[in-house]
Amino acid sequence: MNNSKDKNKIKLEYSIISNDFKRAGETSSNIKSILKKVGIDNKVIRKVAIVTYEAEMNIVIHSYGGNIKLMVEGNNIIINAYDKGPGIEDISLAMKEGYSTATDEVRELGFGAGMGLPNIKKCSDYFKIESSTEGTRLLIKISF
Amino acid sequence: MKLREIQNILGAEVITGEDFLNKDIQSAFGSDLMSDVLTLVDEKAILLTGLNNPQIIRTAEIIDLFAIILVRGKTPEEDLIKLAEEKKVTLMTTNHTLYTASGLLYSNGLRGVKLDE
Repeated sequence: MNNSKDKNKIKLEYSIISNDFKRAGETSSNIKSILKKVGIDNKVIRKVAIVTYEAEMNIVIHSYGGNIKLMVEGNNIIINAYDKGPGIEDISLAMKEGYSTATDEVRELGFGAGMGLPNIKKCSDYFKIESSTEGTRLLIKISF
Repeated sequence: MKLREIQNILGAEVITGEDFLNKDIQSAFGSDLMSDVLTLVDEKAILLTGLNNPQIIRTAEIIDLFAIILVRGKTPEEDLIKLAEEKKVTLMTTNHTLYTASGLLYSNGLRGVKLDE
């Protein structure tokens, strides 16, 4: 990981472990504090934090593990979230507020309300999702 | 409204963040759904929740919530308390239910958060 003070040199990568509810959220917390240090606007940081936190929870809850990458390019923060399977069966359903395939255990943690992907999209200036049985990939851009 | 007044109105016990009780609070939100909480925009807000696990502190950190009030007398586990201390989040617990705690604060002038729609 390289967290240079120069915004445009920020390039972060974190691996996210499946079912690791204890540490879920640490990646987003780390990203948030790094962006704060280089002086990115608080409103932008908030969007990035929400996007990475929801993406992180999705990987922990639904996948066999994955990673989150973040880089700053010009006036954009680019976030890539990738996970290994099982993939999303119906993306248009998953994008609907309230639709969820999460277990009761996950709901007890306060997640699995079917708000994750819609929340991510809402906070993004550009949002792309691809999913197959191999895994799911999110590409998000947030401008500042 | 100061956090200390909120504590008094709810007869709440402060678990972490006693040093921040002089902070000014503008609004409040009550929910057990963390994804709903993440849609909040208000900066100086508190959360009332029946959810009692470390994800409430993570969520508070992500959106800079000032404090979390656990309702119905819930006592947090050690890992939740440790995380709250580390992230400097004020954590309190009240014996009131979510509905009563919210009503008490509202009738004392603390309004709900404005939603970003």
